[in-house]
Amino acid sequence: MQTHAKKLLVVITEAALEKLLVRDVRTLGAHGYTVCDVRGGGEHGDREAEWEGNRSIRLEVIADEPVCARIAEHILATYCPNFALSMFVADCGVLRPHKF
Amino acid sequence: MDVVVLFFLLGVVARLLGSDLRLPEALYETLSIYLLLAIGLRGGAELAEQPIAAVAPQALAVMALGAALPLIAFPILRRVGRMNRFDSAALAAHYGSVSVVTFAVAVAYLVKRQVAYEPHFPLFVALMEAPAIVVGVLLARSGGDVRSGSINWGATLHEVLLGKSIVLLLGGLAIGWIAGHEALKPIEGLWFGLFKGVLALFLLEMGLVAASRIGEVRRYGVFLAAFGVLMPLVSATIAVGVARAMGLSTGGTMLLATLGASASYIAAPAALRIAVPEANPALSIGASLGITFPFNVTLGIPLYYRLAQWGAAAG
Repeated sequence: MQTHAKKLLVVITEAALEKLLVRDVRTLGAHGYTVCDVRGGGEHGDREAEWEGNRSIRLEVIADEPVCARIAEHILATYCPNFALSMFVADCGVLRPHKF
Repeated sequence: MDVVVLFFLLGVVARLLGSDLRLPEALYETLSIYLLLAIGLRGGAELAEQPIAAVAPQALAVMALGAALPLIAFPILRRVGRMNRFDSAALAAHYGSVSVVTFAVAVAYLVKRQVAYEPHFPLFVALMEAPAIVVGVLLARSGGDVRSGSINWGATLHEVLLGKSIVLLLGGLAIGWIAGHEALKPIEGLWFGLFKGVLALFLLEMGLVAASRIGEVRRYGVFLAAFGVLMPLVSATIAVGVARAMGLSTGGTMLLATLGASASYIAAPAALRIAVPEANPALSIGASLGITFPFNVTLGIPLYYRLAQWGAAAG
């Protein structure tokens, strides 16, 4: 099986940011994204998703490294200072590179 | 004490004792949609029977009250609470805006005692939700030292005016207004018959949520706890004065006092998180859900009824 190297950028943050983040990743060059509802805790306390103010999301984007870097830098500068946010990048291999 | 309040207390006790009781998130969402629509529908059907000319000045007065309350809360939070501009503005916005569930509990209180009130009141609930949030955002950005040009008004107004609670309340009002009492009859069983049972179940969940905020309240100390109880009393007193000037009935006065006293936990947190991200959301939510909501549904509502009666007696 032949795979093509890409980067997977994962952002775990407050659900309030979903619309803004989706808009940003699209504008910054991502071809697609995946969002799911999650719950967890960190330095901003536990976020148990019991009601709307306490929901968290996990946003995943697969893209070329420069695109992921652009998105990550933008998120670091814009949202990290004020929001509960974790972010990491991992290597991944995709089968159809034109999709990403 | 109304039976729905007992459900709330069950939620609080279960959470404080460390029970793993939890309502599915989808059920919470469904119940809140139901409550907002049902309140809107009932108000809309009644609104159809009111002359618009009589309701319009009342609607303006209610919106002005909503906009004025944060202007009173803000300096208290800044000077007495020594909070920064962002936290003060966010808290002030939460306390100027309203809690629909607190309103529903107040209505249940009046219905149980067979006290009459202006039946188109849900319109006032919808109208009182947004002004305080807009004022709160302006207060947060009014300092000379901040980037005053940085308000994302598009996203903020979208969040405020198209947030779930306003869309459902106004949508329900519109449907009720267009349809009228007769056309609502076939769906009455679901929307009106089940209302109180659904409210009880929702309050069980609210009890769980409110009790889980206790840790935050502890962290922020005595001032926040005192503010969470005293600010509703100040707001309720002002609202009683406004209600008397508007010529509302005793029941209506009590409802306006409750709206003034209640603090938002749906519309305001969502809008302010986007518009004033510098504000610490745990502060506003801790006060609004951890202190003010429990205070209002247990002790506040009977107290506001008393206040309304005194207001009526004073003429």
